[in-house]
Amino acid sequence: MIPTRHLRLSGLMLFVAAFAAFAGGCGDSAPPTGSNALSGTIQIDGSSTVFPVTQAVAEEFRKEQPGVQVNVAVSGTGGGFKRFTVGETDISNASRPIKGSEAEAAAANGVEFIEMRVGTDGLSVMVNNDNDFVDCLTVEELNEIWKPGSTINNWQDVRAGFPDQRLRLYGPDTDSGTFDYFTEEVNGEVQVSRADYTASGDDNVLVQGIAGDRGALGYFGYAYYQENKDNLKVVAIDDGDGCVLPEPSTIEDGSYKPLSRPLFIYVNRKSLERPEVKAFLTFYMDHGYQLTGEEGYVPVDPSVYAANKAEAGL
Amino acid sequence: MARAEITALLNPRLAVRKRIGTVAYVIFIAAILIGLAGLASLLLRVLWQGAPWLSLHFLTDYPSRFAEQAGMKSAIFGTVWIMGLTGLFTVPVGVGAAVYLEEYAPKNWFTRIVEVNISNLAGVPSIVYGLLGLAVFVQILALGRTVVAGALTMSLLVMPIVIIASREAIRAVPSTYREASYGLGATKFQTVKDVVLPHALPGIMTGTILAMSRAIGEAAPMIAISALVFLTFIPTDPLDEFTVMPVQIYNWVRDPRPEFHGLAAAGIIVLLAVLLSMNAVAIYIRNRTQKRSEE
Repeated sequence: MIPTRHLRLSGLMLFVAAFAAFAGGCGDSAPPTGSNALSGTIQIDGSSTVFPVTQAVAEEFRKEQPGVQVNVAVSGTGGGFKRFTVGETDISNASRPIKGSEAEAAAANGVEFIEMRVGTDGLSVMVNNDNDFVDCLTVEELNEIWKPGSTINNWQDVRAGFPDQRLRLYGPDTDSGTFDYFTEEVNGEVQVSRADYTASGDDNVLVQGIAGDRGALGYFGYAYYQENKDNLKVVAIDDGDGCVLPEPSTIEDGSYKPLSRPLFIYVNRKSLERPEVKAFLTFYMDHGYQLTGEEGYVPVDPSVYAANKAEAGL
Repeated sequence: MARAEITALLNPRLAVRKRIGTVAYVIFIAAILIGLAGLASLLLRVLWQGAPWLSLHFLTDYPSRFAEQAGMKSAIFGTVWIMGLTGLFTVPVGVGAAVYLEEYAPKNWFTRIVEVNISNLAGVPSIVYGLLGLAVFVQILALGRTVVAGALTMSLLVMPIVIIASREAIRAVPSTYREASYGLGATKFQTVKDVVLPHALPGIMTGTILAMSRAIGEAAPMIAISALVFLTFIPTDPLDEFTVMPVQIYNWVRDPRPEFHGLAAAGIIVLLAVLLSMNAVAIYIRNRTQKRSEE
């Protein structure tokens, strides 16, 4: 028995030693960047739609302040606000404005916050590439299709003149800020929608579903449409002023409505007292215009970023 | 009578039975081929998609919005931390529970309820463990979204596998060994420590390998504990924040840009490589202890 025990013991010790060496030996040594080098950790969570923008800012900021640890998570807009309103995070990414109930929760926990607009997304309504009869849908038609209890399952019931083609629906799941925004604008109430559609939190699943289904109709963020322009057909939206396609210009000037949605970050006022958070937000607002555009969204007017800075006292 | 005629007389319907035997053989071959084909197509697809993105910097760089610069360093270190701590938490408790149930526990209704529940726990969806870990470790015990909270959650998830496998291994030790040990005057604890456990060790190791293999690929419970996907530091102590490889891969899969899907495939290759090398080390240790305990 003794050799076995010996071996087990030495095996365990070897494991522990290797583990300790591996985990401990690879710590990053942040190079000091002169006298104004900051340190600390900034916690960010929230929308997967805003994530690419915040990630881009964090990545660029790191080159300037390598000692500051910026952690960006993606729990969804609602999931992010759950953490933000109890003071767990410093900044919350959001693809819709904060809800009344969330703001109340924040107040109850003594969390004061600032809302900063960082860009605009155009929710895109998509159909299959082989669909040659739909170019434009009115908001009323979208509502008839998506309202709760809707029984429209054939394109010929959407508009007289559409062919007899089975209609299948694709959309984000109920945790998504995209779902919240679409249901509010199209069905008049947040989270109210018919439930018999293919729902996924992964927009690529929706892209594939629509690309492989002649009768498909679905919606998701503008960035996913841009990456899949060749596989899908985008539908113009008519809100009473004629058909408008989602494009940077129509999203920016608001003529693509009602599906242009604002993108925000929310900042805890208490976190703003920390120099690293101040520096990060200053960087965010100084480079937000450029980076929002690079990540496939439409930036807001430069004056908005300046106004955000002024409100936060940066 | 000719030899063939005698054979036919002694073995009626020999040709038919032989044909049935051949058919059965083909069916069994087909069964293994279907399994292998599924695995091979999965591996080939991932290799095909991910190989162009594999490079040294992919292992040593942090996540990036540029696919060419993105790496999974923070996720690899997070996974190693989680796996290491999960092993340290799970093995002593799991093996201890198995020893109690097999060697000490009286066989009554209470132990039977415990046994049934442990088996049931092995089938609970992993997200349930994630939510439990979020409530108990992150919030009630106020550990935060840290490595230790993640490892404790993962330990709960794989504990039933370790307990069940260890019990099987302990039960397989012949009772004559125990009786011989008692006959020499050893106490119950001495018997367990010096006779039962050394002989059960290979089986316990196998169970632990299976448990860790399950843990390394779990994304759902880790997203509940930490949905971090942009982390440019590596955890240096158990109270640091972390991310793991499956969460990083999940985030790349859902990116709209196709090049990030290639990164996800490369991440899967790295995950498989880490998994296989972990298993190889464990199997090596197991085989060595097995030889020793048979001497």
